[in-house]
Amino acid sequence: MAVIEFESVSKRFMHSGGAKLLRAHVEERFRRQRQHEVFYALKDVSLEVGRSESLGVIGGNGAGKSTLLSLVAGLCAPSEGSITVRGRVAALLELGSGFHPDLTGAENLRLNASLLGLSRRRTDEAFESIVDFSEIRNFIQDPIRTYSSGMILRLGFSVAIHVDPDILIIDEVLAVGDQRFQAKCFDRILQFKQAGKTLLFVSHGPELIRKLCDRAIWLDHGKVRMAGPPDQVLEAYAGPTG
Amino acid sequence: MWNGDYTFLLSNLIQKDFKVRYRNMSLGVLWSLLNPLVTMTALTFVFTIIFPNPTRSFPVFVLCGLVPYSFFAMAWGSGTGSLIENSGMIKRVPVPREVVPIATVLGNCLHLVIQIGLLLAFVLAFGHGVNRYWLWMPVVWAMEIIFVCGLALITSAVNVYVRDMRYIVESINTVLFWMVPIFYDFDRVPQRFRELYEFNPVAALVLALRDILLKDMAPPPALLVKLTLASFATLLAGVLLFRKLKKGFYDYL
Repeated sequence: MAVIEFESVSKRFMHSGGAKLLRAHVEERFRRQRQHEVFYALKDVSLEVGRSESLGVIGGNGAGKSTLLSLVAGLCAPSEGSITVRGRVAALLELGSGFHPDLTGAENLRLNASLLGLSRRRTDEAFESIVDFSEIRNFIQDPIRTYSSGMILRLGFSVAIHVDPDILIIDEVLAVGDQRFQAKCFDRILQFKQAGKTLLFVSHGPELIRKLCDRAIWLDHGKVRMAGPPDQVLEAYAGPTG
Repeated sequence: MWNGDYTFLLSNLIQKDFKVRYRNMSLGVLWSLLNPLVTMTALTFVFTIIFPNPTRSFPVFVLCGLVPYSFFAMAWGSGTGSLIENSGMIKRVPVPREVVPIATVLGNCLHLVIQIGLLLAFVLAFGHGVNRYWLWMPVVWAMEIIFVCGLALITSAVNVYVRDMRYIVESINTVLFWMVPIFYDFDRVPQRFRELYEFNPVAALVLALRDILLKDMAPPPALLVKLTLASFATLLAGVLLFRKLKKGFYDYL
């Protein structure tokens, strides 16, 4: 049974970016045509990801990769079509999202764990193991604003992997880790796959997709341009652009 | 969808607000005391020396109005901006959105507890004793917190779509300073306006506090009923409206 199912899903956004003041709302009322203000971040996308499968998503900037991940994570609802997601999702969509710069690493760790849905008891139990995995024990009582982006990634990834999700979503963030930590994350993700979990992975690095993913899709202007084995999709993707 | 630990999440978010606020203040919690004291002194100066009035023990009288009002204004104002302020988190973490404004409102509560302590110290210092009606206090304060949570749910959600909401809230708060009997006695309000006043939960709380602390009597049942009705009605309206509006948060934040 598929863990993630998209049935002709579209996601529209408004060109204005949404943020509006009272004046803009009033003007909108009086204007006649509004259609041209809309664009599709995703258009008629259908896909299925099965249990213990890992899907790589590639495509240029603005191709709809992040929108796709946000839809799976339940951050927004599709404008058209339907989405089914079965199981607990942990998403690493952006470096340090949900972290507060003035809080210490330890405080952010607990905050982030609760945001991802971990209970107080589970967080207390996992605390040491999370800190160990991140290898930043010496800095854990310092405010996050003093951290490098690599250290923030270490903390964020360590928490996400300890939430023990059924579906792990990673958007490009691994790129800022040093090679050793990347290798460590990589091992952990392999273990995770072997445990029958599902991975959704966005990266601009072809090697990571090739090593981690069973299947890849290539998104282009909101549409699935190609889906298949990572090697073939990566090759096709590299062709026209490179 | 999100099936995590609500109380753990809420307590972490409240602690976050609290720590962030006080870590950036060298005097820390002292500000919670200084702020109402300064306003109290200024109002006492104006209304006992420039416009003398017959109200006895004016400082504690005015503090009974200031503490509920300043909590209300702070909690509502910060609650209104909370979704925008946490937009990074809301767009990237699938946490239930209601939690954000509510945590921000509750984050002001420690501040409130300190100010209530100050108020009670003044009440005792001005020769009023402890009485059994003090037991009403947790109830009336809880009603105000429920009321602010409801309001914050409404205005924070609207603020995502119409960013002017923040300024509207600020203006209402300014008007409210005059429309809540903070520095004047409710008896001075003409009879035909009194009914209306009592439906404003902030005014109702001030009246109830003065009954309990300064007049040694229980707040009138009609007042309590209005306070309760208005608070729960606001919360219900807030929850319903928020549920409707939150679908578009991702697009508008």
